[in-house]
Amino acid sequence: MIQLNALHKTFGKQKVLDGLDLGIEAGKITVIIGRSGGGKSVLLKHIIGLLRPDSGEVLIDGVDITKLGDRDLNEIRKKFGMLFQEAALFDSMTVGENVAFPLREHTRMKEKEIREIVADRLHAVGLTGVEEKMPSELSGGMRKRVGLARAIAMHPQIVLFDEPTTGLDPVMTEAINRLIIDTQKRYNLTCVVISHDIQSIFEIGDRIAMLYEGKIIEYGTPEKLRASQNPVIVQFLTGSIEGPIHIM
Amino acid sequence: MNRTADLMDRLGIAVMENVKETGRIFLLFISVLAWMFRPPLKLRNIFKQMEFVGVKSIVVVVLTGTFTGMVMALQGYYGFRLFSAESLVGSTVALGMTRELGPVLTSLIVTARAGSAMAAELGTMRVTEQIDALYVMAANPIKYLIVPRVIAGVVMLPVLTVVSDFVGIVGGYFVGVHVLDINEGAFMKNITSLVVLGDIYNGLIKAACFGLIMSLIGCYKGFNTRGGAEGVGRATTEAVVLASISILISDYFLTAIMF
Repeated sequence: MIQLNALHKTFGKQKVLDGLDLGIEAGKITVIIGRSGGGKSVLLKHIIGLLRPDSGEVLIDGVDITKLGDRDLNEIRKKFGMLFQEAALFDSMTVGENVAFPLREHTRMKEKEIREIVADRLHAVGLTGVEEKMPSELSGGMRKRVGLARAIAMHPQIVLFDEPTTGLDPVMTEAINRLIIDTQKRYNLTCVVISHDIQSIFEIGDRIAMLYEGKIIEYGTPEKLRASQNPVIVQFLTGSIEGPIHIM
Repeated sequence: MNRTADLMDRLGIAVMENVKETGRIFLLFISVLAWMFRPPLKLRNIFKQMEFVGVKSIVVVVLTGTFTGMVMALQGYYGFRLFSAESLVGSTVALGMTRELGPVLTSLIVTARAGSAMAAELGTMRVTEQIDALYVMAANPIKYLIVPRVIAGVVMLPVLTVVSDFVGIVGGYFVGVHVLDINEGAFMKNITSLVVLGDIYNGLIKAACFGLIMSLIGCYKGFNTRGGAEGVGRATTEAVVLASISILISDYFLTAIMF
């Protein structure tokens, strides 16, 4: 469904993606793990076309999006929803207006229909009656849930999550993890999650990919990664200072 | 020798950066034109921005205009009295306001207020990934965010200038006739005989150009912000400084063409 082939990306003098290959399976939750500043967000942005690689292909359902113009790229983007790290809610709009935004932008639905869908999506993420609140009035966890409601407003096929649990307390983290699993099942989504929270990774991941030095060095089921003898994987999963990964 | 070469090097780089930036701002202008006419038109956003730039700047524009007119009358009086030509104070204030001070000072004060707000708002949206979120939802940020602000700048600045011209002349009248005892009839007659409609129109065209400069630069700086809260602060300052200088420079060239 999503195929990344030989991606290269350099920012200034720093090589972030160095011949990266990755296949994301449809209908599964794929978690991408790696060091802070290692290029995970950059990778995610390539999948949705916010960044273009220096070379390589990004295939969404067989179409190489790196070669598309804006109009065609926008058509592909309608298959996606994305939850940003800080939710990226529009702060000049209410919660309801935020969730309704893609519906108002891309459909000709009547207001009543839109309101019903907004209420439905908010209910699906465990929020009710918050339509009139402003994002600044919400807690971090609530903002993320509204962000997810907005991401699934248009029934996307693929949802990207940029560090969904970073900065949340353990209880909220568990709530968000459950939400990701439930939402994926409910809408049969393909999910790509970036995380470095080891517990969450093993809880939600159907497939795990480790990004290290610009490449995917390991990809497979959680069991496969747990059993891996690769010293980089071992060091990362155990959170050890000893090993080939250097503290910069 | 080395120091001179170093200095020339840095000067050269600075000039190149400024030329590049001017080019990018011009490209943004072309994008704005392209998106302005593509339906559907986001009327609600446009009116919201017009209210922000125009309606909410009224108080500060009235204050600026009134005191400018008053000071012009005061300063002009002492000069003209030497030639017993005090009755020309009124037309001097009127011509000064409509041709120059109305458009320029209004634009500078609105740049400080609305231009900085545009940079700050778009800059904040950029660093909190709200602009990325627009792209991801297949909405174009230029159409959604920048076009309404540019339209608001171009339309509302001439409107505010009219207000500024009017209160400036009223302020000048008050100081001239009631404080400096200039003959009221002479004061008014010289205004109507020496100020032509072209003076007012050209002033408004200038204001529209300045509005374009203010909103393009404010939006450009905000849209291209990098680097968190510090970046937003920097973008806002740079926007106000660059827009103000550009307004003053373009004022010279516009005046040379028009008058």
